[in-house]
Amino acid sequence: MLMNLIVVLLMFVAIGAIIAIWTRDLLSALIAMGVVGFTRTVVFVLLRAPDVAITQVVVEVLLLVILIRSAVRREVHTVEGGRKSAGAALAAALVVVMLVLGVIAVRELRPFGEPLEQRAWDAPALTYIDKGTEQTGAGNIVTAVLLDYRGYDTLGEATVLFTAVVGAIALLRRKSRRSGVEAPDEG
Amino acid sequence: MKNLAAEEREGMSVIVGTVTHWVCAFIILYGLYIVAYGHLTPGGGFAGGVILACGFMILMLAFGKRRLVSMLPISRAAMLDCVGAFLFWLLAFGGMLFVGNVFFKNFLPHGGRLRLWSAGIIPLCNVAIALKVTASLVLALVALSVLRVKAGGSDEEFITDIDEE
Repeated sequence: MLMNLIVVLLMFVAIGAIIAIWTRDLLSALIAMGVVGFTRTVVFVLLRAPDVAITQVVVEVLLLVILIRSAVRREVHTVEGGRKSAGAALAAALVVVMLVLGVIAVRELRPFGEPLEQRAWDAPALTYIDKGTEQTGAGNIVTAVLLDYRGYDTLGEATVLFTAVVGAIALLRRKSRRSGVEAPDEG
Repeated sequence: MKNLAAEEREGMSVIVGTVTHWVCAFIILYGLYIVAYGHLTPGGGFAGGVILACGFMILMLAFGKRRLVSMLPISRAAMLDCVGAFLFWLLAFGGMLFVGNVFFKNFLPHGGRLRLWSAGIIPLCNVAIALKVTASLVLALVALSVLRVKAGGSDEEFITDIDEE
């Protein structure tokens, strides 16, 4: 029952993504992106991943408002120009290949709720679940993994965000219209 | 005259402003809760930081960009961003300083189980990340909607003039 519901929701995600790509109206594309994001939030809730769901829904809200705001204000509302047929054919072929590979991969997966780690006695995931609270003192295992066991990864992510914002600000603060070169004025 | 029109369009009506004042307090309170209890309940530094940034975003939508920039100047947001990153880095290196050569060692006492003051450096890391993420996303917001590149602007300052072109 749960899995059927998730499959239906994931189909919504796929349809929303396709609409977002194919529609020519920017606002419609953004609304379709919203459908993708919020449906994924519901999927995360159903899969009992509240941490990811909270992050997903908040980032989605922030992103959508920023993008819709900048899309509505622009003069350009629709995307001009058709697609190259060769590119479309290549994209379709790649989609088919990835779909086939994905189906093969999913058939090899363990059933939902019985992860691979159950078979290996020294799997890291089992250690996290069994000893996480004891070793780190954190009640939330996800946070324990993110900030203690895998703190190095989180440091890397923080660095990526930091570098991206520093780069954006550094580019946008500069005077870029010297010598008549038209600069992108709004990111 | 064009400037005057832009000035008037800044922000929304009184009703929106009043409601935003109320709602914004709760959004920021919720963000702080998510950050502070990140090691006990779902959430954490990143999610809480994004919620706090949403609080700033709603202020910008209701009261206009000038209000946002006057509340949190770009230089101060950039400083908070750097402070958060540095705090996180410092906590990561604390393990190397205080207990042997272990990067990201949880060097503070763990405290009682499921208490607010527990889990050593994890809540502090959450606070550092929240600071960083809030400042970063506000800066991204500013970069996407406030900053304009203006002819003749100085290289040394942020150009926050919000003229409609």
